[in-house]
Amino acid sequence: MTDRATIYARIIDLIEPLNPKGVALTEATTFAGDLEMDSLTVMDLVASMEDEWDIVMPLNMLPDLETIGQVADAVTKLVVK
Amino acid sequence: MSDLFSKFDALIAERAGVLSTGIRDPFAIVMEEVLSPTVAMIQGRETILLGTYNYMGMTFDPDVIAAGQDALARFGAGTTGSRVLNGTYQGHKECEDALIAFYGMEHAMVFSTGYQANLGMVSTLAGKGDYIILDADSHASIYDGCYLGNADIVRFKHNSAEDLEKRLRRLPAEAHKLVILEGVYSMLGDVAPLKELVAIAKAHGCMVLVDEAHGMGFFGEHGRGVYEAAGVADDVDFVVGTFSKSVGTVGGFCVSNHPKFEILRLVCRPYTFTASLPPAVVACAATSIRKLMHAGDKRERLWAMTRTLHGGLKARGFRLATETPESAIVSVLMPDQETTVRMWAAMIELGVYVNMSRPPATPAGVFLLRCSLCAEHSAEQLATVLDRFAMAAEHVGLFRQAAE
Repeated sequence: MTDRATIYARIIDLIEPLNPKGVALTEATTFAGDLEMDSLTVMDLVASMEDEWDIVMPLNMLPDLETIGQVADAVTKLVVK
Repeated sequence: MSDLFSKFDALIAERAGVLSTGIRDPFAIVMEEVLSPTVAMIQGRETILLGTYNYMGMTFDPDVIAAGQDALARFGAGTTGSRVLNGTYQGHKECEDALIAFYGMEHAMVFSTGYQANLGMVSTLAGKGDYIILDADSHASIYDGCYLGNADIVRFKHNSAEDLEKRLRRLPAEAHKLVILEGVYSMLGDVAPLKELVAIAKAHGCMVLVDEAHGMGFFGEHGRGVYEAAGVADDVDFVVGTFSKSVGTVGGFCVSNHPKFEILRLVCRPYTFTASLPPAVVACAATSIRKLMHAGDKRERLWAMTRTLHGGLKARGFRLATETPESAIVSVLMPDQETTVRMWAAMIELGVYVNMSRPPATPAGVFLLRCSLCAEHSAEQLATVLDRFAMAAEHVGLFRQAAE
């Protein structure tokens, strides 16, 4: 299953363990701001998404991916490709 | 008032909290006098240096000092120029010749620091459309080299051959790729399984760069580094290193056999757009590098000292980052920031300087007291160090806390 809705739901699953404060997770939730993730945590999260969908998400993409919604878009694009 | 500095407020508050307890700032040590590679005066107290990366104790080698003094007198205090303009003196060529002899390679380029060597090599070798595949625990200079360049950056799990393989398989076969590894990782002092990692990189058609900053001088038959000890010299395309560890001064370099290597002098911005090293520094470095080619006794002493410290700390109940002594770095695992700072402060008050390391410099959020050995440490100094570690642990209640 590789439609955006499925991907978005799975991304939320992957983020949940990294969200100890229980911040509400929406399309607009930001990783650095709302979730207070440091760069190492973000990079580990990217690695788990790469493994989930067998894709490559180069680290240089990260500055453009601030919200969960943006990440879902990027992953969907990579999976379809 | 909010301004550009507001983003540092959390860090400023955290530091103020630590320092308000009356503890000395671990990041503001001043050495008033340096008596030898292993002893300095800090706040009027004679202090054993156990965190300087001065592995081979070359900083006070009489031949090294004489070469530096001679070059200072004959060539002046500085070059005031870039390597590609007026900043290449006889001494810079001699330093590169010494590296060529030490590594048995055809080409050597000397940079002004080790940081710049990585910044320059990483950002220049891989460009738009190329891939850099780096170990997750890579040094900041490697990450910064990635950010300075335009390649696509892929990170694999620290020292995991399996993860490297998996990530390489996903990349387009036709793209040019550079795999970046380090011989010794300086935070935990662990050594990379270069034999496995390099074999996988080569099987996927990648070029390989190995940073031997913490391995030069005492790994491998000629002291070239972990890659030599691992027997993969023929498959390593670039070795990056520094003069600020075993060599005992400052500067960085890259050596290679690539036939087109010399063009890098014109296209590598951190090489081109900065002043070259002062004549005294390259003279010290060249002399030191040539002496390190015949430093078998020192190598043995360094390894013996490392085993003594590692075994002694373990016997006293400390938790160490590596099960066995893998390099000349021995890292003591600490439970949290506060205990780390208090332990570090107790050690400095007892006359022993070690490095305090905390995230994000450390991997996986660990706190460390990092020790690095020197071939010039005496058995007596190490006995003192082990005593002081036990005293400091008692003072801060480290083991009581761990038992709870």
